[in-house]
Parts: sequence; structure tokens; C-alpha cells
Amino acid sequence: MAFREIDLNMGPQHPSTHGVLRLKLAVDNEVVLRVEPVLGYLHRGMEKLWESLTYTQIVPLTDRLDYLASLSNNLAYCLAVEKLAGIEVPRRARYIRVVLAELQRLASHLAWTGFMANDIGAMSVLLYGFEAREDILDIFEEYCGARLTVHGIRIGGAVHDLDGPLVSRIRAVLERIPKRLADIRSLLDENRIWKERTVGIGRITAGEAIDYGLTGPPLRACGVAWDMRKDIPYSSYDDFDFDVPLGTNGDVYDRYLVRLEEICQSIRIVGQALDGLPEGEFKAKVPRVLKIAPGEAFHTIEAPKGVLGFTVRSNGTDKPERVKMKSPSFINLQSLEHLCQGNLFSDVIGILGSLDIVLGEIDK
Amino acid sequence: MPADRADQSKLRKALDALAGRFGDAVLAGAADKGELAVRLTKDVIVPALSFFKEELGFNAFEDLVVFDNLNSPDEGGARFTVVYRLFKFPGAVRARLTVEVGDGESLPSAVPVYRAADWAEREAFDMFGIPFEGHPDLRRIYLPDDFEGHPLRKDFPLAGRTGGL
Amino acid sequence: MTPFVADVLIPLGKIAAVILYPMVMVVVMIWLERRVVALMQGRLGPNRVGFQGVLQPVADAVKLFFKEDIIPRQADKLLFNISPVLVMFSSLLAFCFVPLGEPVRIGTTTLTLWIADSPVGLLIVLGLSSISVFGVIFGGWASNSKYPLMGALRSVIQVLSYEIPTGLAVLTVVFLARSMDLVEIVRRQEASGVWYGFLMPVSFVVFWISAVAETNRAPFDLPEAESELVAGYHTEYSGMKFAYFYMAEYAHMVLVSSLVVILFFGGWLPPFQGVKALAFLHAVPGFIWYLVKIMFFLYLYVWIRATLPRYRFDSLIRLVWKWLIPLALANFLVVALVRFLR
Repeated sequence: MAFREIDLNMGPQHPSTHGVLRLKLAVDNEVVLRVEPVLGYLHRGMEKLWESLTYTQIVPLTDRLDYLASLSNNLAYCLAVEKLAGIEVPRRARYIRVVLAELQRLASHLAWTGFMANDIGAMSVLLYGFEAREDILDIFEEYCGARLTVHGIRIGGAVHDLDGPLVSRIRAVLERIPKRLADIRSLLDENRIWKERTVGIGRITAGEAIDYGLTGPPLRACGVAWDMRKDIPYSSYDDFDFDVPLGTNGDVYDRYLVRLEEICQSIRIVGQALDGLPEGEFKAKVPRVLKIAPGEAFHTIEAPKGVLGFTVRSNGTDKPERVKMKSPSFINLQSLEHLCQGNLFSDVIGILGSLDIVLGEIDK
Repeated sequence: MPADRADQSKLRKALDALAGRFGDAVLAGAADKGELAVRLTKDVIVPALSFFKEELGFNAFEDLVVFDNLNSPDEGGARFTVVYRLFKFPGAVRARLTVEVGDGESLPSAVPVYRAADWAEREAFDMFGIPFEGHPDLRRIYLPDDFEGHPLRKDFPLAGRTGGL
Repeated sequence: MTPFVADVLIPLGKIAAVILYPMVMVVVMIWLERRVVALMQGRLGPNRVGFQGVLQPVADAVKLFFKEDIIPRQADKLLFNISPVLVMFSSLLAFCFVPLGEPVRIGTTTLTLWIADSPVGLLIVLGLSSISVFGVIFGGWASNSKYPLMGALRSVIQVLSYEIPTGLAVLTVVFLARSMDLVEIVRRQEASGVWYGFLMPVSFVVFWISAVAETNRAPFDLPEAESELVAGYHTEYSGMKFAYFYMAEYAHMVLVSSLVVILFFGGWLPPFQGVKALAFLHAVPGFIWYLVKIMFFLYLYVWIRATLPRYRFDSLIRLVWKWLIPLALANFLVVALVRFLR
């Protein structure tokens, strides 16, 4: 059967585009010829808005970027501002931040596992992933009252101290996660259909991945040990002992394995941070109105989705001259066309899912 | 790796090599805390980027940041400052290449050197109206194609604009 | 019994039953699926309407009744309107030939628990269930939209491919029973004492896999793969027409489960026929045994759906052409040979 090339519009209202992404696909029957992501459906002009807000007012808005990992956004922004203003964060606050950021990574990866499995059609795993994530969101709720847009990290430290009951609760939750993870893995790891849908799909070599600017788990799935927590340690990450899980093939399956292994590593880090939680202040003294002398700072962290960075330029007033965000999803999505080339239409969904994008972060 | 990062002499050497290669086009250079900061004239930016990539080993393109200097003039005096951030892996060294662009002037595109610069340049074009010559597909990335103006310019109002959307 | 009762009332009652019985099964099945999948996933599922939410599918159907019926402007109106009817009608019609149990004796008259007893009942049922694919193709094509079209194309290829192993597996049963009459097939199993599913496990497995694929159920639900094709061939349908497609899918599942039970698991026969100690099992009416067996296979559908990810299109086709068809052919030859030698 000879088929004409069809242009297929996937999104912005499509169940698997993870928000309001639109993909312009050219397909020949089921084979994908071209993929062009069309962005901007969630563009809220954040960067313009930030220029009219004070440094502290910006923090809650960063929650709305990667809304599945709001604490990571808080952390990256606060670190950039602290670097610019020369604020020294107390050691206890740094540890609390690590606990929060790693719990956030757990939540983000667990949600990803669910979404990814659902995209491939294993709908039970979606619920298992979300059930585990729910526990972590409950911790956030107990910590500061919010679950999704947490706003738990402030300039100079964190919003509250970690008290004893909460610490033991976190420990209890961490003990439950490996069991749930094992459930998920028993459903997927050796599942023939799952492997057929993921092994060798969306492959990229290490060199190409770096060239396309991939960061985070998709890059580490290619075997590149680029992890900002190790390379340019921030917030006392060099105090903790953890591994950087690596893949070998750079395909969807390896991205899945890398993320699951990162969950285990995050559990390790949180455990160490809770054990070694130092005494002291949980927040540095920061003036209520923060005025920063003209200057510029750039700080990156290893967010769940990849390397997240903020450039902050000050002009001597209480509002920044410009805040620019380097969002990992935005750059990772660039490689989609390369990853999808010659694959089947069904694989586009799997590949897109494996990149773990969040439109709030891409469109800003 | 931290030992490698603190290696100031290596960074100095890289700076010297850069100055030797591009001469007067290098306006300023500094090496500090594992980061190279260079100011260049805009016509050598693409050769400089490929020098960084090929000879100095900065294999990753991290970010492209544009500043509008309308309200707070920069040292160069031009309207826009464009910052290219490069990253060297392994080694975790950063490079920050700065060029000045006047209003209405264009910049050569970095896409032939770093593919990752593709969308970053489209974003800069969308938000600031800086055209990148030689970009394979220079269109607005966030805003609709018929949008008037470039919102991150300082003379673009935050609210209350008539027209547009 | 007056002729009026025998010739008018009983047939009318049977016709009503043949429409009601699949519908009730569909309602039960939709509820069962949603509750069971929910429990497997650690949620509750619908539990508000009626006892434990049994009436939820009814509430959904009522809601769909009152929804606006949208026909896309570009659609081919005739085919667009016909296809849900075609899908529903073919499934329901097939139930006329499906026996539900042994004839019941009421006084002097014998009440058969089937409408039509045809010597080629099996062929008719298979043929009718294949007609429903036309509804899918017409619906997908007539919508004049890309996702439904792709869904319909997938459906054609999938159903056509899986018809072959289905046919080959059914043929082995026909060989053993020497009949295409569904009632006769059950009686032969009663006479031989062994259900064909245990005699020919390969035929059963091939038939069951193909049946899941033919009903477009997970993990073969590609024509309506939600995460890829939005809703597949019925993306453009709304209101009652959508409900028709939805119910027809479940009716088809009930039909296929009935076929599996009749062909391979002795229909309404109680288990352990030969065991004297378990003779009390015969006290339970055959219809109940029949329902229990059908429910087991319907549950299997749900179980599979909650467990497995979805196949990709090429591996789906590879599975049928490289594995199922050769396996079915080999099985067919072995059965034919054994039959010939005995």
C-alpha cells in the first residue's frame, strides 16, 4: 500500500505530550519522518515578570517552572542570588536543603516512572509511582503546608527547621520506597513487551548527546558521568557519599534504569544528611529588603531533569536587572527530532516520555 | 576534579593561546575559580567558539544569555550584551564569552559549532530581536509569529500595552 | 401450552433475553473492570452509584444519552452514523447463536436456551464477530480525521492478521467434535469426558491470544491506544454513538469469552464430570457454571490489562505472523494427524 506522507498534529491537547507541547509530525504510515516541537502554549513571561519583582518575591514564582520539582527550582535560584549577594548559608540550612532537594528528586523520578509506564501502556505502574510519590508530598505538607508548589527554600536557608518528628517520618517513608520500587521493577524490568518498547529505542551516543546539550539522566544513560553534585558541588553535597548511576546504550531503557538507580542514591543521600544534620541556624540573617550591588552570578544545580541554572544580574536596587533560567527540559527537548528519526509513531511517545520534560520549565 | 578546576595556570595558558590567536579581537580576559571569562568583538565570536570547542575542549554549550543595557549601560556601551556559557566535561571548567551587539545589528550564529545553541538563539531572537545570521531556522520560539515587539527588551512594557495579543 | 405462547411469547421473550443478557453482562463487566483494575492499582474505583458502584455504568450511559451528538463537518455522514450500529449489531446478533445451557423442560414443552440452532453456528458467530471490524474501519475512515484513520488502519491489519490463527485453532475443535454446531460441540465434550481445552492446550492458547487481539484489548489495544492515538477510531464520536462503540467492545469480550468456554471448557457442563465424589456439582444449574466460566475469562481480560504494557505495532504483527500462525499450523497438523490415525 503506497501512502502519502501525512502531517500529524500531536498536541497541544494530546494525552501524552505532558502538558501543552505541540509536535508537528510528518509520518509515512507509522514511520516518523520529521518531528518539530512547537513551544509557547504555556509561556507566561516569567523572565519579564521577574524584572519587576524583588529578589524574595521571585522565589515562589520559581515553583511554577518545573512544577514537579519545585524545590529544585527554589534551590537553584536561591543559590544564584546568594552567590551574587555573598550570603553565607549556615551548614544546617545546607543540609536541610539537601534533604528537601533529594526528596524532591525522589518525587520527580517516581512521577516520571509512572508517566513513562503509562505512555507505554502499563497503567498500573502509574498508580504505583504516584502512590510512592504521595508519601513524599505528605512530608512536604507536614514541613511547610504545601505539596506541589512548595516554596520551601528561601534566600539564605530554608523556611523551617527540620524537627525530630519530621525526621523520623522521613526515615519511615524512605524505608517504604524500596519495596514499592521493587514492585514496579518486577512489573517492568524483565517484561518482554516493556523491553521491546524501550531497548534500543531513541538511542544517542555520548558525543552526540553532549553536542545536543543533553544533561541529567538522558545524558548519564549514555555513560557520561556528568553530575553537577559531583563536578561542582554545591550546598555541601561533597559531604555525602553517593554514586552517579550510568547507562551504556543511551536508549530509553537505560534512561529508565538510571532514574530508578538515582532514586536509590537519593535515599542514601537523604539518610546521610539526616544522620549528620549539624546543629545551628536553619537560615542566615538576610535583610528583609535585599539590595545587591551591580554584578552577575550564574549557578547550576543537578535538578531531577538535568542541569538547572540561573543567571542573576543585579543593578543596585532591590529588584534584579535580569534573571535568566537555563532550563534542562528546554535543552533536552531539542534533541527529540534526532532521537525519533526513523522510529515508529508509537516510539515518539516513549522517547518524549523518556526525556522527562515539564512544559512549565520549557515555556517559562 | 576540584584539583583540576583550581589549576589556574592551565586557564592562564588557555587565555594566552586565545589572545595569540585572535589578537586585538580579545578585549579582556580573566581566569577565576575554574571559570574563564573573555570579552570579544562580535565578528570573531564563531571562530572563537570553535577555538574553545576544538582546541580547548569545551564540548558542551550551556546557555546563551542576553542582557539589555538600556537602563544600566555596560562597559562596552552597546545596547545588548550577549553571553555564551560553555562547559568542559570532564574537568568541570566553565567559559563565559561576552560580546556586545547594538540595536538592529546581527550576530553570526553559533549553531554550526554547537548544535545546542539552536533553540537558545531562537529564544534570544524572540525575546530581544537579535538576528542570528546563518541560523538554520530562525523563527520565534515562544510567541506567535505575528507578535509585534520583543518582550524582554527594557522598553517593552510589562503590562498595559495596546495591540499585540 | 397454547400455540400463542409457544409461537409468539416464547420467541419474543427469547429475543428480549438475547438483547438483555449481553447488556447486563456488559454493565457488570464495565463495573467489574473498573473496580478490579482500581483494586489492583491500590485505588477504590467507582463505589458511589448503587451498591459498591454497580450502577456506575448505567449512570454513565444515561449521561452519554443526554450528551450532544457531534458529527464533524468533514465526516461522511452515512458511514459515520452506520458504523456504531454495525459494531453493536454484529456483536448482539452473534448472541442468537450462542447456547446458554441445556434445554429446559417446563411441563410438556422444551425450552431451548438459544434462539437459533444452526449446524454451522460456529461459522456464523465467527463471521458476525468479524463484521464488527467493518464498523471500526468505516468509523475511522468516515471521521475524516487523522487519529481515527490511523486507528482504523491499525485495526484492519490487526484483526485480519489475527483471524488466521483464530480460524486454525477453531478448526482443530471442529475436527474433534466433527460438528460446527455449538450445542453439538458441548455435547461431544460431555460424551468424551475431557474438555477440549485440556486435550488441545495449544489450540486454546492460540485462540485466547488471538481473541484478545481481535477484541482490541490490552496489550493489543493499539487501534485505540490512548497515549498514542488519543482514542483511536472513535476519537470523533460523542454521546450515544461513542457509548455504542464502548459497549460493543465489552459485548465482544463477552462473546469471545462465551466462545472460549463453549469450544474449550465444556460450556455449561459442571467440572469433574467423571469424579463420583463430586457429583453434587451437577446440582448447580448449567447456566451458573457457564456464567462462572465466562466471568473467569472476563476477569483474565482485566487482569492482563492491569499488568502489561502495550505492544508496538510492528512487534504485534511479528507476533502473529512469526509465532502464532506457524504454531497454529503445526498444532492443526498434529491434531489432524492424530484424528486420522485413530
